[in-house]
Amino acid sequence: MKIVVCIKQVPGTMLVDIDPETGVLKRSGISAKMNPYDLYALETALILGQQTGAHVTALTMGPPQAQAIIKEAYMMGADDGVLLCDTRFAGSDVLATSYALSGAISVIGGVDMIICGKQTTDGDTAQVGPAIAEHLKIPHVTWVKKIEDCSDSGIVVEQNMEDSFEVVRMPYPCLISVEKDIYTPRLPSYLNYKKTLNREITVLTLADLLDQDEDNYGLAGSPTQVERVFSPQPNDDQTIWDCASVDGAALLYDLLTAEKFV
Amino acid sequence: MASIKIDNNKCNLCGECIPVCPFEAMEQAGNVIEINAACKMCKLCIKACPQRAIEIVHSENSVNKELWQGVLVYAQFFEGKLHPVTFELIGIGRKLASEVNMKTYALIIGHDMGNAPQELLEYGVNKVFVYDDAKLDRFCADTYANVFEDIIGELKPSVVLVGSTSIGRSLAPRVSTRFKTGLTADCTTLTIKPNTDLVQIRPAFGGNIMAQIVTSKHRPQFATVRYKVMDCASKVRPFGTVEVRQVDDDMSYTKIEVLSVIQKSAVTSITDVDVLVVAGQGVKEKEDLSLIKELAISLGGEYAVTRPLVEKGWTDYTRQIGLSGRTVKPKLIITCGVSGAIQFAACMNFSECIVAINTDKDASIFKIAHYGIIGDLYEIVPSLIEKIKGDREYAV
Repeated sequence: MKIVVCIKQVPGTMLVDIDPETGVLKRSGISAKMNPYDLYALETALILGQQTGAHVTALTMGPPQAQAIIKEAYMMGADDGVLLCDTRFAGSDVLATSYALSGAISVIGGVDMIICGKQTTDGDTAQVGPAIAEHLKIPHVTWVKKIEDCSDSGIVVEQNMEDSFEVVRMPYPCLISVEKDIYTPRLPSYLNYKKTLNREITVLTLADLLDQDEDNYGLAGSPTQVERVFSPQPNDDQTIWDCASVDGAALLYDLLTAEKFV
Repeated sequence: MASIKIDNNKCNLCGECIPVCPFEAMEQAGNVIEINAACKMCKLCIKACPQRAIEIVHSENSVNKELWQGVLVYAQFFEGKLHPVTFELIGIGRKLASEVNMKTYALIIGHDMGNAPQELLEYGVNKVFVYDDAKLDRFCADTYANVFEDIIGELKPSVVLVGSTSIGRSLAPRVSTRFKTGLTADCTTLTIKPNTDLVQIRPAFGGNIMAQIVTSKHRPQFATVRYKVMDCASKVRPFGTVEVRQVDDDMSYTKIEVLSVIQKSAVTSITDVDVLVVAGQGVKEKEDLSLIKELAISLGGEYAVTRPLVEKGWTDYTRQIGLSGRTVKPKLIITCGVSGAIQFAACMNFSECIVAINTDKDASIFKIAHYGIIGDLYEIVPSLIEKIKGDREYAV
């Protein structure tokens, strides 16, 4: 069996500010890390790999620096890794990102299961997983909180719906996105670090994909466009009490009484 | 569709665009600057370039927008009832439709849906499309996407609105991808241009930034909206009609088999109460959550938390406010030691009265609070609880 785990490198910090004068984004940290939700996807794949002998490939799309998270996946125990990297993938939205990733999965070939994290911490959309499944015309189940069974023909998973849990069965090939806490992600191991120090990372460019039409990737292949970015409007109509000079609790109590909350 | 291009004849390699880019997407490769895959198209490099060598290039192939008319709302029917986000989607859908003289439609999928289609008409939709079949009883992303494909092919709507629910967030990307069009998640503001382009605003890039997003060359334009963000539609004397659509075997064929359903025990959801007291990282120990709970109870509300507290394992994510948790819109919300990151703020800033308690006067929560108290929650909260309790005793 062959499993592909989709992972993404995200900014190490979410603290980004905008200069109100110039409208320029102020970067407060340049560190990058693996999207924390992807650790759960990777752990799920590694456990299924141990149980079934499946081959686990970590796949990411990003700039050359994103190799760092493939290395991290190696240190956790992934068998091999693929970096999808081409300047023509720049500016991809959900459609273009999922299209490029699905193209890479087709190139990897013979994949039975694709596992994604619940969402990323930088985009927070949770859309890329289902979109990959649609490109590949395979079934998907999201919000998976438990793997009940993983056999030769398919998997049985428990999915977290709003008011209920559903136990569903799906044949391969299929895609799941897993919830945080499905398993506890293992730490990267020093042994694996030494073992995989010289392991190759396959780099795929547009030229390696089946569809090489530039217009389907990156900005050109992205139907959504960002027209502008701006800071959220501060609330102008506000009252501030500084406890250094006033009794905040008393003032708040008066407010709650006046507004009939007490 | 558009792309950012660098005119290498104009570029003098001054490098000013490189540090300006928040995503490290500008790189010098030999004698040219290249834009790498990290580009999010924020266009800051265009503003920064002194040589005006960077420009945005629009390609011209666009759909005929005239052919795509109407706003289609997905009315999520699940486990015997309509999800309340549906009425909020109809509310914003009707508003958008009236601005560009379009009609509002609703799509409902399921089995044994009783009065639900008629209920939708009471909220002022022009037409409800019903797909009722035993095989559609439980949600499966593949069958529901097939139904969506059928109605979009028939109706050709300009805008499709879906709730950001467990079902909606699984279904919407599947359908938008099938139509090779744009989808914007978790929109907090939606307006429409006279040319029917939907203007979608959402928190973005994981920072304290809002992005305005359009899908100007493709139709339909898909957007998801969280529960408790838009205002509920007002009820009207029904004027719309119901059309029951045929469900064929191709449409209802699925590879996903639902084996069993386990009901969750009914708990009071933080999305449904009038008063919320929120604990942030200013709460130092897990035991101190009891302080927050006590204040919540004394005000007849519930307590909630921010993401870091869930990550510490203090409580589960059903009590979490934020993009990876719930969106809330109570009458009163009191945040205690919450800094106010955008992922949090975007999911509670429509609350009617926001009170923030924080020792840091520069915390971003004070930008959105109606009442800000600069002070220590460990002093203010116990004192406030005392006062409320004293009041009750006095009343007795």
